[in-house]
Amino acid sequence: MITLEINGSAREFAVSPDMPLLWLLRDLARLTGTKFGCGIGLCGACTVHANGEPIRACITPVSAVAGRKLTTIEAVGGTPTGQAVQQAWLELGVVQCGYCQSGQIMSAAALLARNPQPADADIDAAMAGNLCRCGTYDRIRAAIKRAAVRAGSR
Amino acid sequence: MSEQTPSTPPRTAATVSRRRFLQASAAAGGGLLIGVALRGREHVAMAATRAEAGFSPNAFIRIDRAGDVTLIMHKVEMGQGTYTAMPMLIAEELEVDLDKVRLEHAPANDDLYAEPLFGVQETGGSTSVRGNFDLLREAGASARAMLVAAAANGWDVDPTTCHATHGEVVHAASGRRARYGDLVDAAARLPIPDDVVLKQPAQFRLIGTPVARLDGPEKVNGSATFGIDVRPPGLVFAAVCACPVFGGTLGSLDDRRAQAIPGVRQVVRLADAVAVIGEHTWAAQQGLAALDLRWQEGPNARLTTADIFAALTAASTRSGVTARNDGDATGILARSNRKLEAVYEQPFLAHAPMEPVNCTVHVRSDGCDVWVGTQVPTFARTAVANATGLPAERVRIHNHLLGGGFGRRLEIDFIARAAAIAAQVPAPVQVLWSREEDVRQDMYRPAYVDRIAAALDEHDRPAAWSHRIAGSSVVARVGRDLMPKTFKVLRAAGLSGLVSMIRGVDIDAVDGATDLPYDIPNLRVEWVREEPPGIPTAFWRGVGPTRNAFVVESFIDELAAAARQDPVDYRRALLASAPRARAVLDTAARASGWGTPVPRGRGRGVALLRGFGGTHIAQVAEVEVGTDGAVRVQRVVCAVDCGLVINPDLVKAQMEGGIVFGISAVLYGEITLKNGRVEQGNFSDYPILRIDQSPRIEVHLVPSTAPPGGVGEPGTSVIMPAVTNAIFAATGKRIRRLPVKDQLRPV
Ligand code: FES
Ligand code: FES
Repeated sequence: MITLEINGSAREFAVSPDMPLLWLLRDLARLTGTKFGCGIGLCGACTVHANGEPIRACITPVSAVAGRKLTTIEAVGGTPTGQAVQQAWLELGVVQCGYCQSGQIMSAAALLARNPQPADADIDAAMAGNLCRCGTYDRIRAAIKRAAVRAGSR
Repeated sequence: MSEQTPSTPPRTAATVSRRRFLQASAAAGGGLLIGVALRGREHVAMAATRAEAGFSPNAFIRIDRAGDVTLIMHKVEMGQGTYTAMPMLIAEELEVDLDKVRLEHAPANDDLYAEPLFGVQETGGSTSVRGNFDLLREAGASARAMLVAAAANGWDVDPTTCHATHGEVVHAASGRRARYGDLVDAAARLPIPDDVVLKQPAQFRLIGTPVARLDGPEKVNGSATFGIDVRPPGLVFAAVCACPVFGGTLGSLDDRRAQAIPGVRQVVRLADAVAVIGEHTWAAQQGLAALDLRWQEGPNARLTTADIFAALTAASTRSGVTARNDGDATGILARSNRKLEAVYEQPFLAHAPMEPVNCTVHVRSDGCDVWVGTQVPTFARTAVANATGLPAERVRIHNHLLGGGFGRRLEIDFIARAAAIAAQVPAPVQVLWSREEDVRQDMYRPAYVDRIAAALDEHDRPAAWSHRIAGSSVVARVGRDLMPKTFKVLRAAGLSGLVSMIRGVDIDAVDGATDLPYDIPNLRVEWVREEPPGIPTAFWRGVGPTRNAFVVESFIDELAAAARQDPVDYRRALLASAPRARAVLDTAARASGWGTPVPRGRGRGVALLRGFGGTHIAQVAEVEVGTDGAVRVQRVVCAVDCGLVINPDLVKAQMEGGIVFGISAVLYGEITLKNGRVEQGNFSDYPILRIDQSPRIEVHLVPSTAPPGGVGEPGTSVIMPAVTNAIFAATGKRIRRLPVKDQLRPV
């Protein structure tokens, strides 16, 4: 039995400790906003926060996050940077198919939480692990800057 | 999004619009239902003569007693913005606010929801807006006219003294107003107007404005449901592996270790694949990895990419079927002493949508449910019926958002396989492919070899042009395996399409080669079909024009270089009879600062295309080539005239996305085979562009009142030659084989 704190509530799961967090979230906790894209840490679709840090759920065993506060896309809107990022995403029409966007938003929110005024190079560095096949990168850059302004003026 | 079909068929065969078919009736549970019979533009006349034979609407607009509008739509959303553009068309003429329009997926039914340009229900080929622009506006306008008439009747005034606005009918003289919701039942008893006047572009209040995507909110908070996200009660999860050699079959299998893994429920054997069923995906994946598997590799076990290109190159030296022959290109080329020739090679490509292909199926003895994101719901239904032995009417397709399509979800292979697995599983099962499986068992954009030659006249312009295209025919496979051979499909192909098919020309493979914007008096295009053994080939974003644009626009650039002329000026001089092409070329050149100096190691390249139903597009790419040969695309300026624009922001987004998609392909994209197996498997060896490699993109929309053209694909088509032409400008090296990869690395 393993206890995880997901989006503010503690939940118990009877799984082996080496199960990747991604499948626990999607298949057992039924939080399907976190996506599967590659399974080996190359695409960022599965990004969630552990104590506010972005991690790739597909390569993180559940044992590694026991005792840490997990936040997924379903709840990131409750954080100031998550909310600012979602709002900027809507204003600039970032999404296309939308499949990668949970991960993009989680990475962007984590970036702004630790660096409220990221330069272009900071954005590139923080977001280079999040692939988007629909090619929304130019708008992601612009939206992160807009979210930074908004979060900063609060 | 739920799916629902109008539960009662429209009961009246109301007056038929002169130009289209619309039908009105009462909706089940109250309200007004407008049925729209979508028809191909070319076939309106034919359809009109059949009016008496009966009317079957294939899209529905329902206005309920609360005044909410539901569009039941035959198109799927895969990122292109259809779910925003289509409601805009209705809301514009119906005079409701856009947030009053909801959209539901249509169930699979070719009779009801066929794409007018193709005759089957599909989303692809950049047809959504093209096929439905007038129809949906007429439907909205007709409903509005009926609501106005209903209000005017109630007030006993002349309908022409009333007008509609924001979901209400207003009689200005008396100040009376009535909400649509209160008028729908009365309106449903009225005949549909015989003819309606559509707004002129100057009157548009929504069309042409950058309204925010309607599917935005659910896609930023994780609540959007893609096919992979469905969780019906009792769901189990499957990991699957098919024979890695195309055409091979399952040999021996020892599953004892897999069965011992906690959470593994079952191992399912198919003729050419195996699946492990688990309580969750992790158990299934572990089980799959623990199988002791032997394959019967079959006849393709030694196949390599080099063999395929050797066959294609040989094919390109044979004469083929003539797709176009103006003047005497062959004769002039034979006599010319100012002749250029080139051979271009393009690789197999995988689609790699971010959502790996997946399909969830529940087979029961009395029927079956299928949850999937598909571009072709009716093909999916047929495939599941075939795989399970159930009659098609017992197969229910629940369509979902697509985590990228790009042509991959025009195919039903993964749906058929999921159904075959599910037929052996006593529960709903989600069959999810790993990324490796998604890349190795894709149906690929075919490899092509193109042989092209031109003879220059005394002004260095092409007097004769000869282009021979050798490769796989996707159209032939789709026609053979997927398309129902119905009159409707044949009719949608159109006369010229049918004639081409009968003559053996693949109209997609030569698309973008036969209809050049340039004035070239003697033009010959030939098609040689050469199928790669065993490898399934499929449509890929940009289809035929993408491959041909690379060849044509590279070669035009070669001619300009041979003539020592500026690439923009050279093209421009050949565009006397193509003013829209000239306009986009000029716009892109101006906005990009064409002709101004660039730093050392950088270069600008231009490319131009006319295609996808009248879209004209030009791009200027600025690239930097490092001393190590690495290419970075710094900036792209895109000018596009896609006819009348429904939503400029969606068009720009499609251009941006198409450009990034194309850059991944031109720089890195390549599927290769060794020992009959695809060598790539994940984003490590099939890379796609990352944000830190992605250019700044500027899109300029050239205003136009021409009918809407496609926007989902042209961005991808043009960027490839724009980049390689820029590489030529930067380095003097002409790229004739894609991808660029390490071709510029110093030796
Ligand atoms: S699914 Fe985790 S990084 Fe791709
Ligand atoms: S929006 Fe489709 S993959 Fe990013």
